[in-house]
Amino acid sequence: MRNPYLPYPVRIDEIITETEDRNLKTFKFVFLDPDDEGRFAYRAGQFAELSIPGKGEIPIGIASSPTEKGFVKFTVNKVGLVSSFLHNMKVGDIMGVRGPLGNSYPWDVLEGKNVVIIGGGFAFTTLRASIVYMLEPANRPKFKDIHVIYGARNPGMLLYGQELAAWEMRDDIHMHITVDGTDDPNWKYNTGFVPTITEQKAPPADPDTYAIICGPPIMIKFTQPVLDKLGYGHDQIIMSLEMRMKCGIGICGRCNIGKDFVCKDGPVFTLAQLNNMPKEY
Amino acid sequence: MKFVKIDKKEWAAGLDRLSAAYRLFGPVKEGNFHEFKALDAQERPDMAYVNTRRSPKALIYPQSEKMFEFSLDQTRADHHILREAGKDYTARAVIGIRPCDADAFRLVQKNFDTPEYRDPYWVQAYEATTLVGLGCSSPCSTCFCTTAGSGPFHEAGLDLLLADEGSGYLVKVLSPKGEALVQAAGWSDATAAEAAERRLQDLRGEAEARIVSRVPTAKLKDQKTNHLFDAPFWQEVAFSCINCGTCTYVCPTCWCFDLQDEVSGKDGIRYRNWDSCMFPLFTHHGSGHNPRSQKTQRVRQRFMHKLKYFVDKYDNGIQCVGCGRCIRLCPVNIDIRRVCNLMNHFDATACAIPAA
Repeated sequence: MRNPYLPYPVRIDEIITETEDRNLKTFKFVFLDPDDEGRFAYRAGQFAELSIPGKGEIPIGIASSPTEKGFVKFTVNKVGLVSSFLHNMKVGDIMGVRGPLGNSYPWDVLEGKNVVIIGGGFAFTTLRASIVYMLEPANRPKFKDIHVIYGARNPGMLLYGQELAAWEMRDDIHMHITVDGTDDPNWKYNTGFVPTITEQKAPPADPDTYAIICGPPIMIKFTQPVLDKLGYGHDQIIMSLEMRMKCGIGICGRCNIGKDFVCKDGPVFTLAQLNNMPKEY
Repeated sequence: MKFVKIDKKEWAAGLDRLSAAYRLFGPVKEGNFHEFKALDAQERPDMAYVNTRRSPKALIYPQSEKMFEFSLDQTRADHHILREAGKDYTARAVIGIRPCDADAFRLVQKNFDTPEYRDPYWVQAYEATTLVGLGCSSPCSTCFCTTAGSGPFHEAGLDLLLADEGSGYLVKVLSPKGEALVQAAGWSDATAAEAAERRLQDLRGEAEARIVSRVPTAKLKDQKTNHLFDAPFWQEVAFSCINCGTCTYVCPTCWCFDLQDEVSGKDGIRYRNWDSCMFPLFTHHGSGHNPRSQKTQRVRQRFMHKLKYFVDKYDNGIQCVGCGRCIRLCPVNIDIRRVCNLMNHFDATACAIPAA
């Protein structure tokens, strides 16, 4: 019987400070036992428990794409005990990764469809995984138009800056990067909140068009009416939720919304599903 | 099914033989109350007990349990790598467990032993355990097992069912584990099955007739989750609650837990500890957001989980066996029977404000 609470030992291979406030860092982990990488086979949209012996575990979305081999990547906001400790760890340190956990974005449904990715702030991590996954040359033909609407407070708060710039140069992905505001005279992308930019740039509703939304509650609150106005069906609006978690496998009992566990039945739900669940998240 | 009879004069000798092959647990009186404890050599379970204050769930699922050990000493090759903590999963037997408490393990099993994940600690402890049940001829006034899917002579979840007949026990063998235990104890006085089954049915009928407390559950499944969630009675149900967590602590079917690391010097342990949906920290996000920050939300969660979410998820009745502990021990007299009644009979349309 494999113990689902036992993490895979990993070594920190690289640490990247992502944002100007230094509150977001990306950690690249390499499995100590190379065979564990195969056991950790994952899909974009899943998460894992980062496990620091002596401190505890935190559930974090996987920021690397399954098409990227040899490592797994997580971007972590400094919030509590474990994430603050992790921010002070060094390349070479040993810790654990337990997963992959949860469902994922519904890739079987999304194949052959237009995909609109709408993200805000630091909730862009599994969206980054999804973009990298879809842009992989072997996968790109499986999807129709790809739109990305991604916003942050200001340019210095955008994650994955170099990748964003590289995607801007491509003709097989429509990038709509935005910031709430900036005094940078050289800022060449959009200025405005994500819901506003969504209204201006998102493609019209179509049975073959799906939106994936991930962001702070306030962004979701104001983006959803925009998508309604554009005519998106609630089956075509896909969201990833957060919840306090411990086990990550639907057993410890704390992350439920109604009868569903965010860790095991989610974290990805369609808006149609959420409409039938208690509003307790 | 096979039946054997045990003369009470043979009881102690049988237990002594059992203790060579099993670690024995049973109800013993501690102060004014009964608790399930490991039985020392020569120590006998008190088979005259009515019920324990705490359920026997801790025998399978301890309140605090070591999961892993680790070292933070960088000179060790395996520093910062978790190691399985040593466990004792040798055969154990619980003597004199009530049928409701044994049945509770079957409900809890749905959570710990799933097609996708098996909780190794719970599963191994449960599989190592033989449950020797004791039929309940004098239930408490708070017992409502017969309408909660269990009963005073309920057999599901037991390996043996004992009926006290004064000078001896009539024993129904319910599983291979039970058969093995009867053999190890040397209780070999087989008795005619047909007559024994009739006798057991009579005792069962008499005991069930003494349970007059009931919960209605038939309409729970067809209630809409969001209607119950938004029902107007939660504020009133939760009004007196002090969020002490006693209900979840004594409940045989409450299973929620927390994972915590403890470090002393360079040596650390990852523990699992019982947790409770009554506590605000249970759902408190790192960001400060808390979807169940109010006590009414937490009280609603406990009852909705037991009486609606579980019903919908497993289609196997409520997550309650009717033991009545939470009713007897709640310091402010919140009564799950009343809440179940409110939920079962709730009519959302009757409460709706008519359209203007």
